[in-house]
Amino acid sequence: MDKMPKWADVILTPLISLVLAMAISALVILAIGESPVMAMKTMVEGALGSSYGWGFTLYYATNFIFTGLAVMVAYHASLFNIGGEGQAAMGGLGVALVLLYLPLPHWAIALPVAMIGAAAFGAAWAFIPAYLQAKRGSHIVITTIMFNFIAAAALNYVLVNKLRPVGSMDPASARFPESTHLPALTDIFAGLGMEWGKNTPVNVTFLIAVLACLLVWLLIWRTKLGYEIRVLGKSEPGAVYAGISPVKITVIAMLISGGLAGLMAINNVMGESERLVLNAVEGAGFIGIAVALMGRNHPFGILLAALLFGFLYQGGGELALWTSIPRELIVVIQALVILFTGALDNMVRMPLERLFLSMRRTNGGAK
Amino acid sequence: MTAASDMMGGRSATTAPAAIELRGISKAFGPVQANRNINLNVPKGTIHGIIGENGAGKSTLMSILYGFYKPDSGQVLVNGQPISIADSQTAIRAGIGMVFQHFKLVQNFTVLENIILGVEDGALLRPSLSKARGVLKQLAAEYQLNVDPDEVIENLSVGHQQRVEILKALYRQADILILDEPTGVLTPAEADHLFRILEGLRDEGKTIILITHKLREIMDITDDVSVMRRGEMVASVKTSETSPEHLAELMVGRKVLLNVEKTPAAPAAPAAPVLEVRNLTMTDDEGVQRLRGIDLDIRAGEILGIAGVSGNGQTMLLEILGGYPPKGSKVAGEIRMNGQPLPIGGRGCDAAQRRRAGIGHIPEDRQVEGLIMDFAAWENVAFGYQDAPEFTKGMLMDNAAIKADAEAKMERFDVRPRNANLAARNFSGGNQQKIVVAREIERNPDLLLIGQPTRGVDIGAIEFIHKRIIELRDAGKAILLVSVELDEILALSDRITVMFDGRIMGERLPENTTTGELGLLMAGVTDTAHTPDDAGIPPESAHVETLPQEPA
Repeated sequence: MDKMPKWADVILTPLISLVLAMAISALVILAIGESPVMAMKTMVEGALGSSYGWGFTLYYATNFIFTGLAVMVAYHASLFNIGGEGQAAMGGLGVALVLLYLPLPHWAIALPVAMIGAAAFGAAWAFIPAYLQAKRGSHIVITTIMFNFIAAAALNYVLVNKLRPVGSMDPASARFPESTHLPALTDIFAGLGMEWGKNTPVNVTFLIAVLACLLVWLLIWRTKLGYEIRVLGKSEPGAVYAGISPVKITVIAMLISGGLAGLMAINNVMGESERLVLNAVEGAGFIGIAVALMGRNHPFGILLAALLFGFLYQGGGELALWTSIPRELIVVIQALVILFTGALDNMVRMPLERLFLSMRRTNGGAK
Repeated sequence: MTAASDMMGGRSATTAPAAIELRGISKAFGPVQANRNINLNVPKGTIHGIIGENGAGKSTLMSILYGFYKPDSGQVLVNGQPISIADSQTAIRAGIGMVFQHFKLVQNFTVLENIILGVEDGALLRPSLSKARGVLKQLAAEYQLNVDPDEVIENLSVGHQQRVEILKALYRQADILILDEPTGVLTPAEADHLFRILEGLRDEGKTIILITHKLREIMDITDDVSVMRRGEMVASVKTSETSPEHLAELMVGRKVLLNVEKTPAAPAAPAAPVLEVRNLTMTDDEGVQRLRGIDLDIRAGEILGIAGVSGNGQTMLLEILGGYPPKGSKVAGEIRMNGQPLPIGGRGCDAAQRRRAGIGHIPEDRQVEGLIMDFAAWENVAFGYQDAPEFTKGMLMDNAAIKADAEAKMERFDVRPRNANLAARNFSGGNQQKIVVAREIERNPDLLLIGQPTRGVDIGAIEFIHKRIIELRDAGKAILLVSVELDEILALSDRITVMFDGRIMGERLPENTTTGELGLLMAGVTDTAHTPDDAGIPPESAHVETLPQEPA
């Protein structure tokens, strides 16, 4: 028998964690002599109060959806892919190479080609740790972390020595051709005769991210491959008994995971900066871990968690802009949310389970 | 003594206080009432059996006695004194010793070191060790508890490790010994020896509580027996005044057939065997040879039983036949299925390929291999058959079809509760096993591999599963049955082989053999021609010491 109803598990637990994180953040803000109410108001208004704020919130959320889905797919095969950061960086390289060197006349053609480039580079970056895990038993957490550093260094080299236009002092690639620029959501709204989110980076990739949630859900819970991934994640001897090759599934799951992380580059590299810059991922690969944890490794939960973290990112930026709360404190608030929703999950869950059990017992006794 | 007059009315004032008395013990885990108002009276100097199906609450009750759980209500009296057992230290001080099903020994310590573990007399080990050595010698003489005090635990046979556990309890001056399923890992001879030790202890005035699900043991050795069912104590009777049939009925709550009804096998006589195994050898990743030339034939319409103490190669044999030899092992030999050679290693040798060749497999460990415990029951019905065309619709799996199939199977195999959406983990052991059995049998395989079909399964489900196995045989299928339960092997098999140390020790017909003879074969003794029916312990049972492992 399940310990508590599903809604409590999926909605109530993260919500209480969130409230706790907020409460402690409020105390911290109080401690430095600022008003938590004002801070909260600034954040909400800055991130959700206008279409401008929403534009940024959704842009960040798009990044987190991809990296969150990447962590989730690997997690279902009981692989902890910490390498989203490096895989997304490599995806950016894939996008840049495709857009800079292939003649692509229109964004509608450039988009699928760039997606293939992004996913292929991300997947390739995940392949080596996957192979080492499957064949040699090298722990994937260690190898993917190390590959993050290798990716960062490799990108450094490529940007400074290979992709930097002659004469430029900026470690970044040339701008992508005009024809490959993705339409921003604001352009689409303008086409419909509405004004929404002027000067915001959110673009069609957001819609692709939502679609990706649906596809990943189908993959994990509706296809044979998803079934095999979940079997391996629950029991390797079970997988072997069922005729599923752990080596094959480990590699495939990591390829999908790395591909999803790589796809994030469509949003930040192709959609926003329109060229490849240094450190384009900006930690979104790591946020993806928190998003997947908080989203209970379910695409719908990941969508919600990504929106929350998008809100924190955008709201935090606003906070730094309009109040005297230092930027570092915003990182503290974000960290508190990650801590409570991810790492301290059981702190809320256990008492809640006990509460539901005792409620059920008294109800049962009354009958 | 005035204490005697304080005894409750209705009980004879002349009886000495019971070693253990429980009054109205209740314990609930969440909504599950594991123990409900348990009363138990174990007189001093007796062997008291506690019997019940899995999940009847036996282990919970004993954990309460040993201080692992606190009862919600009720009272524990030891030697007439009410005490509250808060932890195992209190229990030990009250003279209660426990021998767990899974031994709690430090594998790379010597016997002596294990015995003083936790009761060292000071910072220096030497005085405690020499004291323990003396006590050990005395105990060994008194109760036939011979073990070499300087031997390292991992070199001891399972039977001897169990003796160390008993010695540990006695060294802590236990007067009351609780043994939880002590014979599960022993050969019949070792079990007999254990019972002699227990009888010796009883004659010295110790009190013994024996938890088991084996009716035969209860009848053999106990003075009194208490039966538990669904958290309640349903009966406490003198063993001499009851019968196995009666106890089984009390355990299950209805009449049970203890003996499987089956007609003699009708194997398709002249035809070639379904499965032929020739000179199968296997060397594990440490270079130890675990299978040393296995030859087997199984014909259609017969059950071949493989008896043996677990760890003598049966598991590896099943895994190799099932298509997944243990990692890093080297396999050689020949396996033919319906005359066609099967790959025994490398590419093309996996469980999926075996299923296509018509081999079904009920694995030994349903919780790790046979089921995915977190998956819903219906998802487990497709487990291993996720490729099956009837479970596929386009690119997706046809969940509706799987669910329908699962519900039909659960209906036919009487899986309870009849809820296909429940995770496998939430079914009882017997019902979990029924899901596995239904899945494998209803595929109608030409050959069914079965490992420990009824381990941890309650009597009611055992009866049901045995019936289905016989039905499959009568439908003309070949069955390979591996079990450590001799009774099961004897009841089901048409032919019995015994495995010991990776070899087949011999083949017997069930009607021409005895438990004693099989027990000797299981212990590696082949000269069984003149062994009487009730052969007790083979000479010193010393051969058990050199069980499977052999240096690389």
